[in-house]
Amino acid sequence: MTDLAQDAQLPDENGHFGVYGGRFVSETLMSALDELRDLYARMKNDPAFQAEFDRDLAHYVGRPSPLYFAERWTKEVGGAQIFLKREDLNHTGAHKVNNTIGQALLAKHMGKPRVIAETGAGQHGVATATVAARLGLECKVFMGAEDVQRQALNVYRMKLLGAEVMPVEAGTRTLKDAMNEAMRDWVTNVDSTFYIIGTAAGPHPYPMMVRDFNSVIGREARRQSLEQTGKLPDALVACVGGGSNAIGLFHPFLEDDSVAMYGVEAGGLGLETGQHAAPLSAGKPGVLHGNRTYLMEDENGQIIGTHSVSAGLDYPGVGPEHSYLKDTGRASYVSITDDEALAAFRKLTRIEGIMPALESSHALAYAEKLAKTMSPEQTIVVNLSGRGDKDIHTIAGIDGITV
Amino acid sequence: MSRIKSYFENLNKAGKKALIPYITAGDSYLESTVPLMHSLVDAGSDIIELGVPFSDPMADGPAIQLACERALEHGTSLTDVLACVAKFRETNTTTPVVLMGYLNPVEIMGYPAFAEKAASSGVDGVLLVDLPPEEAADVKPLFESHSIDTIFLLAPTTSENRTKLICEHGSGYVYYVSVKGVTGSSALDADEVAKKVAAIQDQTDLPVGVGFGIKDGATASSVAKVADGVIVGSVLVNAIAESASQNLSVEDTCQKVSAIIREMRAAMDQE
Repeated sequence: MTDLAQDAQLPDENGHFGVYGGRFVSETLMSALDELRDLYARMKNDPAFQAEFDRDLAHYVGRPSPLYFAERWTKEVGGAQIFLKREDLNHTGAHKVNNTIGQALLAKHMGKPRVIAETGAGQHGVATATVAARLGLECKVFMGAEDVQRQALNVYRMKLLGAEVMPVEAGTRTLKDAMNEAMRDWVTNVDSTFYIIGTAAGPHPYPMMVRDFNSVIGREARRQSLEQTGKLPDALVACVGGGSNAIGLFHPFLEDDSVAMYGVEAGGLGLETGQHAAPLSAGKPGVLHGNRTYLMEDENGQIIGTHSVSAGLDYPGVGPEHSYLKDTGRASYVSITDDEALAAFRKLTRIEGIMPALESSHALAYAEKLAKTMSPEQTIVVNLSGRGDKDIHTIAGIDGITV
Repeated sequence: MSRIKSYFENLNKAGKKALIPYITAGDSYLESTVPLMHSLVDAGSDIIELGVPFSDPMADGPAIQLACERALEHGTSLTDVLACVAKFRETNTTTPVVLMGYLNPVEIMGYPAFAEKAASSGVDGVLLVDLPPEEAADVKPLFESHSIDTIFLLAPTTSENRTKLICEHGSGYVYYVSVKGVTGSSALDADEVAKKVAAIQDQTDLPVGVGFGIKDGATASSVAKVADGVIVGSVLVNAIAESASQNLSVEDTCQKVSAIIREMRAAMDQE
């Protein structure tokens, strides 16, 4: 294992986490990335900026989010005590808003009148449209045409918030294609536009920046664990699509080597079927969307289609820091199938009265397996990254019900 | 000396500018790529940029996105593209060929394997859109050792300092992207391009090619007045797409594309 204290300081000045990360974009964007990197380097250590960010998180988002002991579920599962980090209770219903608040503040400081975003499940799109409405910024959200279909509720929310939603018909019509199209828009409107990337991926400084803004999750969970249980948790569990909620939870614990970390990828119909979205579990390293990271790709380097019941995990890449943590062994990456995630969704809803997002349901399903292998004195923190309201249409469809 | 460098020197002596067409390999059929390359040369092209199809061409507009989709429909791989260059070289040993595309197919083949195969196939230069000089430290010496030029992009947003850095790292020529946008964008501002190209030429002895927004004889000749090379892509790719939708033969497709090149060549040479 590598030096954990050193790893916690990554990326290096060029945005590399070991061999991962970096800036692999066309030249037109390089100066915008330089500008953003320099601005963020200043703001990161600027007490006034941090105070503004903290104030928004407290009074607009409603932080800190609770760390909730899921007692009845713990009893039902048998084994370690399971705590839920309730990011679903944030304004707009997911962890995504932590990051959009931060990036929108940067856009404001740069004087950009227009923001764009890509979105899969629509949670990041809604969180971006929300902060754009609040700051009076023009907002355009790119969304794969297939996701527009399966996340109709979030599409309408974005429109109500004043954003333009652009369905993307190219390629596989999901999140990766939305990101391609957002990049193309950014290249074209780079002077006026701030690109609010929704996950801890993309060219440097995005993976670092998105991680930093979401690290409030892990900082709170660490403090709350100490307060409520008198010790650090034994394990952390979070779902990983691009990996922003997971890295936000993991990062403040990186140096606590007693804390095990599990990132849960979308196993779709099962890794053996190829119908999944689990690049860390079943892919290999490559370069896409501005960074080097694990990807789902064929033997010729073409990116291949992914499948997951949850639109937010339906992405062929993953944030570069996760690739690094996988290789160093500091975090473990596992997968959960559609069916297992759906079962966890129903179970938590019925046992705890909490309806989780399908993305977060992957983390819950794995936590259940993990808890059974642990003792009752041990504790697990699961990142309940979003609420499930947006998925009711999907669930109802599976049940054969039209709502 | 690389084939690209000596080619530019000869053009310079003759008082001519380079006409550099781009087509995507495997579009619309793998069998049409080599005949198209020869037609481009016969119609007056100087250097060929041969596109390596990629599933996620982030810097390209709809025309080249669709070209990639057509090429990938029948599985055109980097290995296939290199085979096209080798076949082209059987009868043409003078026209420089530059592979243009995205990094990942090259990354997956492996850099040493790619450099070796590219050189033995007769590739003269490589332009990887998403590989800026900052990330090319390991790749460039490898290409160099196989006498392959590494061509980098310059953009309207590139600062003076970066221009210098990029020109120092590049070889063969530098590719100035004339507009902020994706390939196939319209509206090229000739005066603005002239200013930028002059500023680049102040920094480097490398030839400067200009691409994006060149679609006919008039735009080609206005760019030829100020730059060393004129790069044209989407208009050719659109003609190939049209031919495919009309089920034209390879010969007819070649003729259609040649007509566009001939018009540009004539307009560029009319000075």
